[in-house]
Amino acid sequence: MKHLIDILDLSTEQIDGLIATANDIIAHPEQYREKCHGKKLATLFYEPSTRTRLSFEAAMYELGGQVLGFSEAQSSSASKGESVADTARIISCYADIIAMRHYKEGAPLVASLHATVPVINAGDGGHNHPTQTLADLLTIQKEKGRLHDLVIGFCGDLKFGRTVHSLLNAMSRYENVRFVLISPEELRIPEYLRQELEKNGISFRETQNLEESLPELDILYMTRVQQERFFNEADYIRLRDSYILTSDKLKNARADLSILHPLPRVNEISVQVDSDPRACYFKQALYGKFIRMALILCLLDIQ
Amino acid sequence: MIINPISNGIVIDHITAGKGMTLYTLLNLAQLDCSVAIIKNADSVKMGKKDIIKIDRVIDLNFDAVAYIDPDVTINIIRDGQLVKRKHLDIPERVEGVIRCTNPRCITSTEQELPHIFKLTDREKRIYRCIYCESKAKSKTLD
Repeated sequence: MKHLIDILDLSTEQIDGLIATANDIIAHPEQYREKCHGKKLATLFYEPSTRTRLSFEAAMYELGGQVLGFSEAQSSSASKGESVADTARIISCYADIIAMRHYKEGAPLVASLHATVPVINAGDGGHNHPTQTLADLLTIQKEKGRLHDLVIGFCGDLKFGRTVHSLLNAMSRYENVRFVLISPEELRIPEYLRQELEKNGISFRETQNLEESLPELDILYMTRVQQERFFNEADYIRLRDSYILTSDKLKNARADLSILHPLPRVNEISVQVDSDPRACYFKQALYGKFIRMALILCLLDIQ
Repeated sequence: MIINPISNGIVIDHITAGKGMTLYTLLNLAQLDCSVAIIKNADSVKMGKKDIIKIDRVIDLNFDAVAYIDPDVTINIIRDGQLVKRKHLDIPERVEGVIRCTNPRCITSTEQELPHIFKLTDREKRIYRCIYCESKAKSKTLD
């Protein structure tokens, strides 16, 4: 049984294969319209989501499949105390593949240990978000034409930002990639990730200064300070406006910079930046659908 | 101090001084109805001080749990008064039910029946991480 729980479940060759499939879907969408005819995707979302859930649903519909599921824990048996393991066993009876988002870290892994159909981690707490990473990788590949020889800046909430953790892990495997980690002291990357980077000899620098770092970046990955990850409201309010990207700040950035953001944004990217040709975040959301189509086909073993 | 030799049982020797009680608790030795002796701070040529546990019965020991707490111990199996097996332990790749994940965001914090499983991620520094949330095990002791 194949699952996608962590981006590192996929080799770089498998990622290349998914990107190739996604590109083929973009080029020839009509050839994929019936690929999942008769198949059902269950979207089990215990935590609110717009983009990821609708992107999964759109992906399955565009492949000719059907979708069932729930979009909040309150409308599922979780509200009655059902375990993730039991839910996974039951949903396996009704669907061919599961996409799960959960507020607890590791929940999709638990589901994959008990489901009899493929499970996709659609985000688990502040831990991982591998399909967002696949969307990010497709965006980088399309914008830069490569996944190696890049300087990538991550900015904002690097502690709880699961998209950051997954993309860092994924990009660490490519040649000559360097990271600039821009965050307030309290929102630096978790210790385990820092340790992994050091152990694997990955080049990275931690800083609190966005403007100074901008000129050296090929890619700027902005993130939102996530209110739902804070136990303390006062901490959230103090940190949420730490980094706001404006057109003015971008004057020092390279002409070929690509600005990515997993969305939703709050105020960390000014709307003036949207019309800047370097802004790629809306394209990134579109690519997310295509890469999820490629992933569903791969996990269901459909050529 | 005199502790009678055992005829059939297990001697856990070369325990790092101070870890004897941790092992005693971890291995649930209090539940046994046979004699169990813990010797703390015994003189040791090799270690200076060491702890020793003697169990007057051959029981199924959770070697992974012992090795997680103290991989340098020596396990001696005694039968009919003779040493029949001496075992040195390897650092376990994975430990189950030995330590608990304390990350409040981990799925194990709400699903009580899930086994707490940790995997070795850095052999040199002996770092274990929860398989669900990747949080580092807090210490080499029980919670």
